[in-house]
Amino acid sequence: MSMLEVKDLQVYYGVIQAIKGVSFHVEEGEVIALIGANGAGKTTILHTISGLLSPAAGSVTFEGTDIVKTPGHKIVSMGMAHVPEGRRVFAQLSVLQNLKMGAYTRKDKEEISQSLKAVFDRFPRLEERQGQMAGTLSGGEQQMLAMGRALMSKPKLILMDEPSMGLSPIFVNEIFDIIEKVSKSGTTVLLVEQNAKKALSIADRAYVLETGNIVLEGRAEELLHNDAIRKAYLGE
Amino acid sequence: MSFLQYLISGISLGSVYALIALGYTMVYGIAKMLNFAHGDVIMVGAFTTYTVCSTMGLPPLLGVLAAVVLCTLLGMLIEKVAYKPLRKASSPLAVLITAIGVSYLLQNVALLIFGGNAKSFTSVLSVGSLKLFDGQLLITGETIVTILVCLVIIVVLMLFINKTKAGQAMLAVSEDKGAAQLMGINVNATIALTFAIGSALAAVAGVLLCSAYPTLTPYTGSMPGIKAFVAAVFGGIGSIPGAFIGGILLGIIEIFGKAYISSQMADTIVFAVLIIVLLFKPTGLLGKNIQEKV
Repeated sequence: MSMLEVKDLQVYYGVIQAIKGVSFHVEEGEVIALIGANGAGKTTILHTISGLLSPAAGSVTFEGTDIVKTPGHKIVSMGMAHVPEGRRVFAQLSVLQNLKMGAYTRKDKEEISQSLKAVFDRFPRLEERQGQMAGTLSGGEQQMLAMGRALMSKPKLILMDEPSMGLSPIFVNEIFDIIEKVSKSGTTVLLVEQNAKKALSIADRAYVLETGNIVLEGRAEELLHNDAIRKAYLGE
Repeated sequence: MSFLQYLISGISLGSVYALIALGYTMVYGIAKMLNFAHGDVIMVGAFTTYTVCSTMGLPPLLGVLAAVVLCTLLGMLIEKVAYKPLRKASSPLAVLITAIGVSYLLQNVALLIFGGNAKSFTSVLSVGSLKLFDGQLLITGETIVTILVCLVIIVVLMLFINKTKAGQAMLAVSEDKGAAQLMGINVNATIALTFAIGSALAAVAGVLLCSAYPTLTPYTGSMPGIKAFVAAVFGGIGSIPGAFIGGILLGIIEIFGKAYISSQMADTIVFAVLIIVLLFKPTGLLGKNIQEKV
């Protein structure tokens, strides 16, 4: 059984069809990259998986349960977290409050403080700035906060939407290192990226999305050496 | 001495405005809408207490309790029936116009039930007046209770928002509904809770207002409602301390305007002050300057 299975997914914005029958699967322990240009529908797919959007047709199965009809706020406690595009940290709340918000669905205080410690170990900078308002952090720090916040729900599967967007090259490398570490610690990752080269370099498998359809899929290394991909996405 | 007298009445009136303004500002913060029916919930609260205490002859505490319960339910009902279906409407005007419609509906239902004649509201408070400085300064029981109730409510509300999970959820939803949902927060339930709290405060405000100014008509809520809206904008809409400070200041300005300038001009002065504040500080006194980082 796949950890996440998306079948024939179709999503509309009004009359415009953004996703035209997309199917893919994510196995436990994998890092899967969804790559594609602006407007290909990557973010729409993630939003539909985590319940922010409802599909017109198709199914999303998470650990054997169809979650298309599940209210969005209940999906988190099933073990799925979503780091949204543009980070969307709560700017008026402190770093610590943001992290605690990530553990909103969890009850055990002891375990929550363990998770908090784990997040601070992974992101020492967040610990230094825990009292600071999240809106005053730099872009890269906000990305770390958004990731830390998602990890606070102790997810089995983490969806990451454009984690490298708008970051300086140093931060981009740091963020990808973190994603690899998150994966090594046992969390399955579904990664959406425009930075195809970086994404393919850490992914196990990848799907290439073009205007609402998957046009290519395969092992990440193979795609990295595929001529069409090199031309279209790697700028070579 | 009369200055002190006026100041205290101003704070008392301002406390009522503050309670109403809290409802406006909390609902605006979380649902990004102006609930123009909020003022009429005050009137419903006052009529409930009037019916329970004056018509049915039950004890005042029961009347206040009934008003709070009924208004809480009413607030949640209004949100569910009138506003929630419009939450995804393409124009924010849709829900604004609906709110005005709900306001007229409440007024006219009250008119149908209670008629247009002013009812005389018997104060639910049986607290004696306080005489100070050999009787030169007289503070009525209503004034004392109003100010105390307002202070207690503000403190409890701030504790609720900053210390409880549900309060933190409200802050998260008011900033970003989508991100809040990704945290596992039930956004619809949180919005309903906000309407419930706002309406409960409006009920309390209604009872306090009518205890101090004891005439009750179906339109009793509309002017205080509008003034409290001004107070909320004055303090910075969306900000809870702002609503509190805006309400108190507005009450003081109104009473001072009545006492020292002209009693007919008092409302004009109130609204003029608003315009001046907005000219120089468009987000209100404690309004947030929202800067987005890309």
